Amino acid sequence: MKKLINKPEDVVTEALQGMAAAHPDLLRVNFGPNYIVRADAPVQGKVALVSGGGSGHEPMHGGFVGMGMLDAACPGEVFTSPTPDQMIDATKAVDGGAGVVHIVKNYTGDVMNFEMAAELARGEGIEVEAVVIDDDVAVQDSLYTAGRRGVGTTVLAEKICGAAAEEKQSLQQVAELCRKVNANGRSMGMALTSCIVPAAGTPTFELGDDEIEIGIGIHGEPGRERRKLAPASEIVESLATPIVEDLPYEQGDEVLAFVNGMGGTPAIELYIVYNELHKLLEERGIKIARNLIGSYITSLEMAGTSITLLKLDDELTRLWDAPVRTPGLRWGT
Amino acid sequence: MTVPYAQVVGWIEGFASTMAENREYLTQLDSAIGDADHGINMDRGMKAVLAKLEGFEGDDVGGLLKAVGMTLVSSVGGAGGPLYGTLFLQMGTATAGKSELEPEDWAAALDGAVDGVQMRGKAEVGDKTMIDALIPARDAFRSALADGASFADALNRSAGAAEEGMQSTIPLVARKGRASYLGERSAGHQDPGATSSYLLLKTAAETWSGAG
Repeated sequence: MKKLINKPEDVVTEALQGMAAAHPDLLRVNFGPNYIVRADAPVQGKVALVSGGGSGHEPMHGGFVGMGMLDAACPGEVFTSPTPDQMIDATKAVDGGAGVVHIVKNYTGDVMNFEMAAELARGEGIEVEAVVIDDDVAVQDSLYTAGRRGVGTTVLAEKICGAAAEEKQSLQQVAELCRKVNANGRSMGMALTSCIVPAAGTPTFELGDDEIEIGIGIHGEPGRERRKLAPASEIVESLATPIVEDLPYEQGDEVLAFVNGMGGTPAIELYIVYNELHKLLEERGIKIARNLIGSYITSLEMAGTSITLLKLDDELTRLWDAPVRTPGLRWGT
Repeated sequence: MTVPYAQVVGWIEGFASTMAENREYLTQLDSAIGDADHGINMDRGMKAVLAKLEGFEGDDVGGLLKAVGMTLVSSVGGAGGPLYGTLFLQMGTATAGKSELEPEDWAAALDGAVDGVQMRGKAEVGDKTMIDALIPARDAFRSALADGASFADALNRSAGAAEEGMQSTIPLVARKGRASYLGERSAGHQDPGATSSYLLLKTAAETWSGAG
């Protein structure tokens, strides 16, 4: 294992210390239990957004704490869900009296821990609405699985719902909006290489030099199929086609196209992916009205990409364009 | 014949050692069909439990098991935290106020464990989860008692059933948790959660082998 770390057991703590040192204007970090809150939390009268998940996906979620996005993020151990005590304390720290939305990616551990936290928070008189994001079309048969995973749409939901919360929309409105984003977003990812969890020290899975995994999850969970490396055009087609046909996205639709890097893929390759996606959608008469290109929901050092499409309407576009000021996303301020 | 409080503590300490010894093994099983953290997480959680036990006083088995559950909930994360946390919390509820365990108390604790894990994880036998070890173990313990077996023999038969249940997960296609994303490719691998559940019950049988 070759990593820029000190000790595997200190990775999460030291990265959080780095965030605290880098962004005191945007956020504060609490240790034991670990959570990140925006610098001005709690914002009175505003619905608060709390998300969380395993570490190793940075900038998600901690990098999205700040004005116009998340009020708090709960980082777990690497690729491991955070625990209910983190979520409860974070929820209390950001509750401004208007209720709290938990944005939860559909992973068994995340869902169970957030469920326990919501039960405890409600017991303490805090209104909590949980919204589960499950946008990964790579998981086909949801009757016999834990259901579709929550991936790229999570970032878009956090941005859009954060903007709605800044407008002082109600708890029910923000939660409904979050469900709407989830209902209109679809994603699929692929890996060129595996990744190494620092505490494990060895690759999470083995992938041959000439192999790729299509439909990968964000923790290196295998996807639909393993196949030989192919040109970017073919890879993009095998990601975008199932996405487009799933919702489906149709001629005349306007979408937000999010091309995400998995952590080890350079921007130059993401633009090649975007170029292929742009051509493919243009052929189908689908207009990319907004885009996001970069590594926002990562899998440690995994090389690969994920594509997310979100069908836009005026409301979603307006909220996407609204100002945001976080370490990971920043515009309009 | 009964298991006194001190031996329940011994079981928890023994399980912590077992998790430390099997940290790599469980993580390796998890990396085949999950996310390569089960052994790491269980070891971290049981080390936190050991630290908690140092300051723990009294002789209430239920209180002890609830403290173990709460510690796991706040230190393990993943799916293992809520599932093992709930398992111990429910075992604690079933044994509240007991300073020693009769065979019937342990049967009630196993009922609580199974009900709690099913409530939290919604898995059935055959889904390739902890439940595949826990339900056969609970059933074997009860039927051994009905056959007139001693507490120690019933614990051995229970651990044996858990082991068979664990092995039965090898050909199964996972329907819960991250392994379910693999579909058919999850077959041929032993479930890490069923494995740690077997180790939990094996440790009980070994620690309490003197229980008549």
